[in-house]
Amino acid sequence: MTRLVARRALSAVPVLLVVTFGVFAIAAVSPFDPVKAYAGTAALGADRETLDRLRENLGVDRPFAERWWEWLTSAAGGDLGQSSVMRQPVAEVIGERLVWSALLCAVAFVLAVLLGTVLGVLAARRPGSPADRAVTSLAYALEAAPVFWIALLAVWLFALKLDVLPAGGLTDTGSEHVTAGQLLSHLALPAGVLAVSQLPWFTLYVRQGVGDALAEDPVRGARARGLSERTVLLGHALRSGLLPVLTLIGSRVPELITGALLVESVFSWPGIAAATVEAATAVDFPLLAALTTLATAAVLAGNLLADLLYGLTDPRVKLSEM
Amino acid sequence: MTTRRIRSAATAAVAAAVTGAAAACSAPGGGTDGGASADSVVIGVASEPDTLSPLLGYGKDGNSKIFDGLLVRDAGQKLKPALAKALPEVGDGGRTYTYTLRDGVRFSDGEPLTADDVVFTYRTVLDDRTNNTAKSELDAIEEVRADGDDKVVFTLKYPYAAFAARTVLPIVPEHVAGEQDPNTGSFNTKPVGTGPYVLTDWRKGEKLTFKANPDYWGGAPKVKKLTMAIVADDDVRATRLRSGDLDGAVLPPNLAATFENEDGRKTYRATSYDFRAVTLPTGNPVTGDTAIRRALDLAVDREAMVDKILDGAGRPAYGPLPLDDPWFARGTERDRDLGEAERVLDDAGWKPGQDGIRAKDGRRASFTLFHPSGDKVRQDHALAYASDAKKAGIEVKVESATWEVIEPRMKHDAVLAGFGSTGDPDFGLYTLLHSSLAGDGFNNMARYDDPAVDEALDTGRRSQDPEDRKAAYDDLQRELVKNPGYTFLTHIDHMYVLADRWDGLTTQTEPHEHGFASGPWWNVEDWQPKK
Repeated sequence: MTRLVARRALSAVPVLLVVTFGVFAIAAVSPFDPVKAYAGTAALGADRETLDRLRENLGVDRPFAERWWEWLTSAAGGDLGQSSVMRQPVAEVIGERLVWSALLCAVAFVLAVLLGTVLGVLAARRPGSPADRAVTSLAYALEAAPVFWIALLAVWLFALKLDVLPAGGLTDTGSEHVTAGQLLSHLALPAGVLAVSQLPWFTLYVRQGVGDALAEDPVRGARARGLSERTVLLGHALRSGLLPVLTLIGSRVPELITGALLVESVFSWPGIAAATVEAATAVDFPLLAALTTLATAAVLAGNLLADLLYGLTDPRVKLSEM
Repeated sequence: MTTRRIRSAATAAVAAAVTGAAAACSAPGGGTDGGASADSVVIGVASEPDTLSPLLGYGKDGNSKIFDGLLVRDAGQKLKPALAKALPEVGDGGRTYTYTLRDGVRFSDGEPLTADDVVFTYRTVLDDRTNNTAKSELDAIEEVRADGDDKVVFTLKYPYAAFAARTVLPIVPEHVAGEQDPNTGSFNTKPVGTGPYVLTDWRKGEKLTFKANPDYWGGAPKVKKLTMAIVADDDVRATRLRSGDLDGAVLPPNLAATFENEDGRKTYRATSYDFRAVTLPTGNPVTGDTAIRRALDLAVDREAMVDKILDGAGRPAYGPLPLDDPWFARGTERDRDLGEAERVLDDAGWKPGQDGIRAKDGRRASFTLFHPSGDKVRQDHALAYASDAKKAGIEVKVESATWEVIEPRMKHDAVLAGFGSTGDPDFGLYTLLHSSLAGDGFNNMARYDDPAVDEALDTGRRSQDPEDRKAAYDDLQRELVKNPGYTFLTHIDHMYVLADRWDGLTTQTEPHEHGFASGPWWNVEDWQPKK
């Protein structure tokens, strides 16, 4: 297992190199002007000299490969550089926001996995039953619905019509402290929406896995031995039916991250979403590179986690052979 | 079992997050909501500052809640002393400005304000390595130095009558900001100033919270807590205002009107210098022709634009200065006169063609007008302008684009521009009209070039006698009627809605930029809670 982790960590290095290089290259050819983005509305009143001076100070005309190398070497030394658009160090930007994004993603992910498992088992118990049909059609419908649309719908229903949950922010606008109660009520909608957007995948995979397992010999044997339906379902079918879900966990991480970006924007959640969008449109290389690295690392770690879980739970898979 | 696991996972995460966040805030109180108490106020604005450091441009026009300048403007835009004891002594024919600092002013960290802080602030802003976007506004300064602990002397490159109005620039503490890189240091997000409020928390994109500075030299503010919530969308801002989450907000006229007759709320309308105008580039053979410019100026129906586009929340613009500005030249107001417009075109040889569009020497009276995409108000102005121009036989092709597309084409194509500065006529007019700044970035976008106007601008800038200045700006505005390089259309009123819990609220005449520093809350430190 240690070997697997070490090998994966090692192979992550070239991947990250290529990805960050790509980010710098793509940002360099983007039509956005970093100087204008930096100056914001002030650019519309600025004279040529000011714009030229900013261009030079920000060093935006240097070749992207050179800037990438500079960023890389200082990042390797622990210095992530300065974000031009946020006017503060990149590490600080990420530090301030990552907690909230991580909290949102974690809660949503756990919700999606648990809820997906319950619904999947419910549907798999009797294929073709009304419960199965309801769950499956719901899952397909949700799968097709864009995250931001669900988010807007949720705001409309829970915040505007029913007025039971706040429409956005981390706390009430007038409140100064982040208290647990405030946080929970403000987290409910964004985390719920994000969970719902991930739900169909887990539900459908569990339904398929458990459904297949129910038709297999060990389960039929268990039933024949007169074991209770509960033991058969949860002890036998669910255990082997969950295996495909483990791979899914890893592969859903990128979706979770992009989904979180949209959800954060809709709910003005102070996570890294706004920073990512701003970094991209402002061609803020250091911030953009750091955020991309972070996202890439999360995806790689997700895949590794899925493989580890698979190796630990499925006796047919040997970690040493991966 | 499922729910218990969810709950424990969530609680653990929340607990971790709260410990982290609680360490960052230290303010006492911790009210439960926006509340109806008169000593706290929550305001919704559309955008937030990029930085809170005056060294990079924050608060340069005054009204910063965290900082003070040497001078400040009152409700009538008159300059009055702030960190300075009195208005500056002007010497050497208008080339030196000497300020004496008020006694006993301290920064919110307890350190006293000295002349060195003032010198440090100005020198850092003027430093080429500092990424200040408004540095050119202080171009007149040749040198700034301290004379003892409480005197600051500015020496200018040329006599500059409007200079005092620039010294509303906020002063930062050298002992804090001097230790950092002004472009990226922590001062940008954790400012320390002498102002009536102290920043307690800034969650970017969400809100800024301030608490009253109990040791403020001007007296502790009665409003103890101030929150500026950043809500970009107009409709969301209106909804949150209605739900009570916000006490006040800046709103477009049509949304503000829905709050007009509500109990417990007041609507404020601030007049402004914020004009919408069409640039008529001199480089374009059609818009560069004085006859065309005059005809357009006569053909537009400004009153109709105010009524239809702005719902009455604005005034016709007969020049860059609004009607109620003391520097406005009386007598330059003019009605729409289509007949005169046609006569001007006939006289100049622009004859009506078969399609109704005039032509001269085989050139059609036709040009393109850009407006920035997504700006509804500008788009409506552009379309109305095109329809008015057509009645005079001039074709205006309206196109929308982003500034990236518009900028390289400003030399030949017209743009629906919006600007307006407060403080002194020199600030807005010089950069808009002086030929030496033609096509310099976004200055003088129309590349306007009129020797009489240049002369008036120079006189207005250098003369110390208010009478001479007034005469010069009057000449300038009359010259603009004869040779309009821009068609000024409207001055836009800014609308605000605010809970009615305080006494004596006013608005200033506002610049183009508004919402954060302008609005009825421009002097929130002076508000008195009712009863």
